Amino acid sequence: MSAVELKPDAVAPSRAGGEVAVEIKGLYKWFGEFNVLREVDLTVRRGERIVICGPSGSGKSTVLRCINGLEPFQRGEVVVDGISLGNDVKRIAEVRREVGMVFQQFNLFPHLTVLENCTLAPINVRKTPKAQAEETALRLLRRVRIPEQANKYPGQLSGGQQQRVAIARALCMNPKLMMFDEPTSALDPEMVKEVLDTMVQLALDGMTMLVVTHEMGFARQVADRVVFMDAGQVVEINTPNEFFNHPQHERTKLFLSQILK
Amino acid sequence: MADAQAVSVAGGFAYVRGEPAPALPPPFASTGFLGWCRANLFGTPFNAVLTVLTVLLLAWVVPPLVRFLLIDAVWTGADRQACLESAAHPNVGACWAFVREHLAYFTYGSYPIDGRWRVDLFFIMLAVGIGWLLWLDAPRRDLGALYFFGIFPIVSFFLLYGLPPLGLEVVDTSRWGGMLITLVVAVVGIVTSMPLGILLALGRRSRMPAVKTLSVIFIEFVRGVPLITVLFMASVMLPLFLPQEYSPDKLVRALVGVSLFSAAYMAEVVRAGLQAIPKGQWEAASALGLGYWRTLHLVVLPQALRITIPNILNSYVALFKDTTLVFFVGIFDFLKTIETARANPLWATPVTSASGYAFAALVYFVCCYSMSRYAAGVERRLAVGDRR
Repeated sequence: MSAVELKPDAVAPSRAGGEVAVEIKGLYKWFGEFNVLREVDLTVRRGERIVICGPSGSGKSTVLRCINGLEPFQRGEVVVDGISLGNDVKRIAEVRREVGMVFQQFNLFPHLTVLENCTLAPINVRKTPKAQAEETALRLLRRVRIPEQANKYPGQLSGGQQQRVAIARALCMNPKLMMFDEPTSALDPEMVKEVLDTMVQLALDGMTMLVVTHEMGFARQVADRVVFMDAGQVVEINTPNEFFNHPQHERTKLFLSQILK
Repeated sequence: MADAQAVSVAGGFAYVRGEPAPALPPPFASTGFLGWCRANLFGTPFNAVLTVLTVLLLAWVVPPLVRFLLIDAVWTGADRQACLESAAHPNVGACWAFVREHLAYFTYGSYPIDGRWRVDLFFIMLAVGIGWLLWLDAPRRDLGALYFFGIFPIVSFFLLYGLPPLGLEVVDTSRWGGMLITLVVAVVGIVTSMPLGILLALGRRSRMPAVKTLSVIFIEFVRGVPLITVLFMASVMLPLFLPQEYSPDKLVRALVGVSLFSAAYMAEVVRAGLQAIPKGQWEAASALGLGYWRTLHLVVLPQALRITIPNILNSYVALFKDTTLVFFVGIFDFLKTIETARANPLWATPVTSASGYAFAALVYFVCCYSMSRYAAGVERRLAVGDRR
């Protein structure tokens, strides 16, 4: 279980509105012969914080990667911010501009400084003037509380700092949706908290978030809904309270009994 | 242990340090010159034997070499008489007078004497371009790149080949020679092989079957034959297939051959670099909205090329030395001019050939070694920038 204890009042009530940010309908995906995703349906509303959990290999990450087109899918529909993802490269690029993603392995660009990591996409994709991009980047680096590292290279930072830079880098594109793919799984235990705190702050600011994580403490405190996946299928979706205290499905009960010891 | 608070739990297994242990100076002869000798020269018996053998070998080789190249060398003279053994000179070393006499020939080949300022100007322009690009802190390196890859080749072509309307008479490439040819072949090979190599490497990793197959066939075919074969094919076989009037210049054919050959090698070097870049870098760039070419240009290639600097340099050094092979297809490169000059009856002495070859070795060594030092410097500098 997570060592992180979040204050119960840390998170404001969800501001989830009626607007749909992401709609996944009847999503199927195969890796060769292997059917990784089966009939996945999920609707994310603007401002909503959703945590996806489940055993490894259950397809959690794959769902995220289908949303920003890192993985192609074979059947079903994914609509992000009104844009339906298909094989059209242009539409995928459009979606990626609006969806920020944070990876388990940070994936910072090691040959660029922290500041350059943050301004690369705004300058080259959004065509933001350099000075303005740097101003935004510094503001966001302050928000993740590492402005003093702006001119260092990723290799000189700790894992937790790198992951916070990765969050700032994604935020620099001013995304409408932030996706986190196991953002704390590659971190030393001592650094998990600083990253989770940053994510909580982001949630407080009303960001729409889709988080794949094993940090059940985070799910309990921040999520509006928890999605449990197993074997490529969505098994249960519920509010954190119901999910943790009254799990409905047998598989959910088993999963929770194993991780919540 | 006196100050340590001894906690007698479970028979003295528990321990709490009372004060920090002091840092002691290192033991005798583990640092400084003595320490260095002990660690590096006499670390083990095998090492000690190697050290002694190496010293003996150097003592055997170096003094005669120094005597031949410097002490007994003949520095001035008008013809072979200066470099012949005589009562006055019982031991004759290298005949540098011969090299000095032919220096212009080694540099320009048979380029017309009144046009050699054109070659000098080319050398200066080349030096400016190389200096501008290689000096990493130089101002406006973007202009430098434009100059080197855009302006310089075009101006050089007309400068060296000729442009009658401007009063530069045409000098057929068959009259070019010496260092001029060596530098032209090397620079053209080095400059064209990099972009071609990158494209071939990308082609080989492409998901499009046609592009991939063509790249693989090209790379494997070119790597499978010796450069000399490529050059012979370019110079002898190509004219058989093309009508006389379309057959390109002999030098151009050799340049194309050298470029394609080195591109195939460069492709494999670049591919190794591309393969070393984790998939996560592509994914992170994609997730930020960067397209394929931008990701390549901004994220992947800077890293891939950086880690392959030693291998790229290795290819360049090999290419620089391989330029000597153009002499088999009748082009008078630097080595060929030395080869020709040493047959000059005016300078026929027992030491002429040795002197000429020693000079060639020296020139090639200086060129290749400076490339190597430069690359080492760049590597060190980049290593400071991003410690991983």
